[in-house]
Amino acid sequence: MTAGVVHAQRPSARQRAVSARARGRLARRRAVSAIMLAVLATAAVVTVLPLLFILFHLAAKGASSLNLAFFTHMPQPVGEAGGGMANAIAGTLIVIGLALACGLPVGVGAGLYLAEHRGTWLANGVRFLSDVLNGLPSIVMGIFAWQFLVRPVGHFSALSGGVALGAMMIPMIARTTEEMVRTVPPSLREAALALGYAHWRTGLTIVLRTASAGIVTGVLVALARVAGETAPLLFTAFGNQFWSTSITQPIAALPLQIFNYAISPYDDWHRLAWAGALVLIALILVISLVARFATRVRFDTGSGD
Amino acid sequence: MSHTMAAPRLTPAPAGRARSDPAAPAAGLTGLIEIRDFSFYYGDKRALTNISLRITPRTIVAFIGPSGCGKSTLLRSINRLNALIPGARHEGEILLDGTDIHGAESDIVTLRQRVGMVFQRWNPFPKSIYDNVAFGPRINGLARRGEFDELVESSLRRAALWDEVRDRLHSSALGLSGGQQQRLCIARALANDPEVLLLDEPASALDPIATQHVEELLYELKRELTIVIVTHNMQQAARVSDTTAFFYLGELVEAGPTDQIFTTPRQPRTEAYITGRFG
Repeated sequence: MTAGVVHAQRPSARQRAVSARARGRLARRRAVSAIMLAVLATAAVVTVLPLLFILFHLAAKGASSLNLAFFTHMPQPVGEAGGGMANAIAGTLIVIGLALACGLPVGVGAGLYLAEHRGTWLANGVRFLSDVLNGLPSIVMGIFAWQFLVRPVGHFSALSGGVALGAMMIPMIARTTEEMVRTVPPSLREAALALGYAHWRTGLTIVLRTASAGIVTGVLVALARVAGETAPLLFTAFGNQFWSTSITQPIAALPLQIFNYAISPYDDWHRLAWAGALVLIALILVISLVARFATRVRFDTGSGD
Repeated sequence: MSHTMAAPRLTPAPAGRARSDPAAPAAGLTGLIEIRDFSFYYGDKRALTNISLRITPRTIVAFIGPSGCGKSTLLRSINRLNALIPGARHEGEILLDGTDIHGAESDIVTLRQRVGMVFQRWNPFPKSIYDNVAFGPRINGLARRGEFDELVESSLRRAALWDEVRDRLHSSALGLSGGQQQRLCIARALANDPEVLLLDEPASALDPIATQHVEELLYELKRELTIVIVTHNMQQAARVSDTTAFFYLGELVEAGPTDQIFTTPRQPRTEAYITGRFG
């Protein structure tokens, strides 16, 4: 108990100096902590700042040109007031529909293979290369589609645009599917196998079904990402001033129309470009929200005990 | 529980192989398992050494032994579920009704339909109760359109679960209690009309009441099926089984009538394990 005795006495000069230094250190630590917190919080806010800025700017510039005619009317020649982007909105929906049709089956199939046969040389190679593909500039995808679907045919087409976007979606979907499939408990797989289900059928019925909520989210995120792509469409879908729903003909798309109108010298077209950008970002926002919702309402896969 | 157990089976067992009178002699019944000089390896590691065991149809056999003794490996060899593991291989043979299950004429899908399995941790699919039971027959061609309702009901009755779930067949299986989910897994296996039912510690995660339900159920099912159960619970082995096989370090130390194994074991290691001196 000697320590207690020492503390009961008045602190010596040396002890007072030590405790003053300790108080100083504590104050400095608190200050450093507050500064670091402020720096990180600022970084977090800066992350979403561009989105807020874009939304605000688009709403300010584009909302005034947004009316029913924008969605239902065709583009007007320069100099005539009014007009809309009906062809570009329909075109975007057709092109991302084609992208989905070509990216979804391949991406999910590849993801299932990567998860079920991990460790094989093919799976390792495909996983590495699909990560490379994921980082590839999107204009390169456009060149790829142009080389194989535009040049041999001799003209631009909606189909080639869809394929270019679909090729971008494949690696994203494949990796999400792989991650989701890995979370399916092995016990469910064994249950299906023990009932006489073949390996492939177990994969399609039990594994994919159980992982479906996560896969749907991944697909929608990929869709939202490619919906706004311009570069891959420049020399595939190409754009079209007229109404077209044929997948073998050039087709208008919102990003292309925005690009063309924005670089034009006409104020009317600039206003339409702003409105188009607002519609495009709204479309992407809606897809993202649906993706969020899809994860929320997944079929309960808890253990249930 | 007893009232559900005593309920008469209103619907006969699904058609297929004729169900014999439970009092009939074992000879000629389906579900005969003969294990001959069977060894099993995970890569270089030998998990089972020269196991030979004959499992009589329409009886309950309990595999007991300390953890890692190979009893689950042997169980999972009977429906070839271990074949999934990379590097796994076997020597010797396992015969089901006289046919080698690894032979060229044996099809793994048919084998797993004939040999049902229930796991330690209940694993119903995240689907409705109805869809869980109908899952196997949907691809095995055991029922035609319109016969599924009947098959689902009879399977749930055989698993003594019908009265508890008849009003909510189309709600999620995951809403059931643990014991109900385990009996649902048994119903799911029974819907395939198997000859053999393998159970890997089916009651180790259940409370005593649910365990009792499962044990009573096994006793009922014995009249129709050959049952192989792996258990860590010595009392359970003594209660439910006709034959007990004791495994230690990948070897079959002793197998015989349960009464004899638990009262007068021949091998000192069996006696030591049963009396709780190790394991």
